[in-house]
Amino acid sequence: MSAESTPRREVVTGEPRRVRPLPRYRAQSEIDEQTALGGAYVRSLMRSQLRAGLTAFAVLALVAGTLPLVFEALHSNALVWAVLGFTTYPPLTLAAWWYVRRAERNEHDFARLVEGRPAP
Amino acid sequence: MSTPGHPAAVAAVALVVLATVLVGGFGLRISRTTSDFYVASRTVRPRLNAAAISGEYLSAASFLGIAGLVLVHGPDMLWYPVGYTAGYLVLLVFVAAPLRRSGAYTLPDFAEGRLESQQVRRLVSVFVVGAGWVYLVPQLQGAGLTLKILTGAPGWLGDVLVASVVVVAVAAGGMRSITFVQVFQYWLKLTALLVPAVFLVLAWQGDGRPRVSFEEQISVFRADHPLYATYGLIVATFLGTMGLPHVVVRFYTSPNGRDARRTTVAVLALVGLFYLLPPVYGALGRLYAPELMHGGDADAAVLLLPARVIGGLGGDLLGALLAGGAFAAFLSTASGLTMAVAGVITQDVLPSRGVRHFRLATVLAIAVPLAGSLVISRVPVADAVGMAFAVSASSFCPLLVLGIWWRRLTPPGAIAGLLLGGGSALLSVAITVSGAVRPPGWPHALLAWPAVWSVPVGFLAMILVSLATPGRVPPGTNAAMTRFHLPEALTSGRGR
Repeated sequence: MSAESTPRREVVTGEPRRVRPLPRYRAQSEIDEQTALGGAYVRSLMRSQLRAGLTAFAVLALVAGTLPLVFEALHSNALVWAVLGFTTYPPLTLAAWWYVRRAERNEHDFARLVEGRPAP
Repeated sequence: MSTPGHPAAVAAVALVVLATVLVGGFGLRISRTTSDFYVASRTVRPRLNAAAISGEYLSAASFLGIAGLVLVHGPDMLWYPVGYTAGYLVLLVFVAAPLRRSGAYTLPDFAEGRLESQQVRRLVSVFVVGAGWVYLVPQLQGAGLTLKILTGAPGWLGDVLVASVVVVAVAAGGMRSITFVQVFQYWLKLTALLVPAVFLVLAWQGDGRPRVSFEEQISVFRADHPLYATYGLIVATFLGTMGLPHVVVRFYTSPNGRDARRTTVAVLALVGLFYLLPPVYGALGRLYAPELMHGGDADAAVLLLPARVIGGLGGDLLGALLAGGAFAAFLSTASGLTMAVAGVITQDVLPSRGVRHFRLATVLAIAVPLAGSLVISRVPVADAVGMAFAVSASSFCPLLVLGIWWRRLTPPGAIAGLLLGGGSALLSVAITVSGAVRPPGWPHALLAWPAVWSVPVGFLAMILVSLATPGRVPPGTNAAMTRFHLPEALTSGRGR
C-alpha cells in the first residue's frame, strides 16, 4: 500500500491529557506521589467500598444459593412462578440502588477526609 | 412450519432492518472523529446508556429462548432471566466504577493496563474473540429460525441477512450510531413483547382462563441432576455478565465512574421490566402450542402464539410485531458483539490500526460465527448463550475481580487462571456442542454446566500462582489501584 517510511498510524482512544494542576490539599499530593500515607488513604477507601460490595453480594448469594433447595423441598410450581417470574426484579434493583448510595457516600466521606474538612 | 408466513410479518422484519440501517446512517453523519467512532466520545449519559446496554443485552435468548425453555422444561427455567438480571448487580458491586476509571476500552486493554504484560493481553484477546463467537452463533441461528417460520425461506437465509445488516451498521457508524440503534431497539423489543402479551392474556381470559399445567415434564436435557444444572446456571449467569465483551465496551462510553454505577442501576430496572414478559409466553405456549414440547423448535413459541390464540388479521399483525422485535433482538446483540470482537481484532490481530482496518475486522468478526451457525446443529438458543456466560464467568470474572481488588495479582497468575478456568470451560462447551458426551449421566451434566467447578478453578489458579510468583507483581500496581478506586474529582489532571 504505502511506502515503508510512512509512520504507522495510531488510533488515540485515550482521554486528552491536560496540564496537571497543583494539588490543592496535602493528602491529595500524598496520594498523587504514592507515599505510604497516600497508599493508606487509598486502602481505606478500597476497604470501605469492598465492604459495601461484599455486603450486597453476600445477600444475593445467600438468597440465590438457598432458593433452589427451597423449591426442591416444596415442589410447588406456583411458588417458583411467583418468586422467579415476578417478585425478584424489584428487590434486585433496590439492592443496586442501596449499593450506589453506599458507594457514593463512601466517596463523599473520602473526599471530605482528603480535603481536610471536618465531618459534619 | 404450521403457520404460513404473512406479508405483514415480512414487512415488519424489513422495516426493522431498514430502520437499523437508517439510524446507523444518521450516526455516520455525526460520527466524525475516531473517538466518536469507537466510544461515542465518552459522553453517553446514564439513562441513554442504560437503554443502549439493555437494548444490546436482550438477545435472541431473551426474546425467544426463555419462553421456549419455560414451555418445554417448566418454571425452573426462569432462573435464566433472573440470572441475566442479577449478573448486573454483581457487575455493579465489584466492577462497574473501577472498570470505567481504569480507562480500558476492551478487556485486553484492562488486562494490559493492570498487569503490564503483552502475553496476558494476547490471551485475553483470544478469550474475548472466543466468547464473542460462541455468543454470536445462536443469534444468527435464531434469525434463521425466525425467517424460516415466517416465510418458509431456507434456514440459512436469516443467518446471512442478519450478518450482512450488522456489517453495514457497524462498519458504517461505529459506536455512536450503535448507541442510537441500541436505544431504539430496547424500546422496540419491549413494545413488541408487551402489546401482543396484553392481547394474548385478554384472549386467554376470554377462553375462561384454562389452567396451565406443568405436570408433564419432558426434561430430556435435564432429567438427571436438575439441581446441579440450576446451580451451574446461577453461577454462570451471575458471574458471567461482567465479562461479556459487548457489555464491557458500553461502560467505557460513560463519562465517569459515578455515572457508570448509576447506569447499571437503570439497566437493572430496564432489563427486569423486560423479563416480566417472556414467562407469560412460555406459560401460554404450554397451553396453546403443546406440540412444541415434543418437536424441536420450542424457540418458535413466541412467534406462533398470536396466530394460534387470536388468529385472523389481528393475530397476523401481532405476529408481525413480534417478528420485528425478534429481529431487533438478533440485530442489536449481534452488532454489539461484532463491534466488540472487531475492536479486539483491529487492535490485537491486524497489523495496523485505523477505521478502515476496523471495517475489515468487522467482516472477519462475523464471518466465522456465520460459518459456525451454518455448520453446527442447533442447540436451544438460551442454552447456547448460557455456555458463553460460563466461559466468561470462568475467565474474565476472576481477572476483573482480582485485578480490581487484589494487589498481589501477577501476570503468571492471570495466565494460569485464564487457561485453567476459562480454558476448561471453553473445552467443556466444545465437547458438549460436538455431542461426544451424551446425557444422561454426570459426565454430561458436568460438561454442559461447567461454571460450578470451572469458576473456582479459575479463581484458585489465579490466586495460588500469583502467591507463588510474588516477584512478578507489576510495578504500577499501586498507581493502578489508585486510578481504579479514586473518584474522578480527586485525581488531579482529569477534567470534570
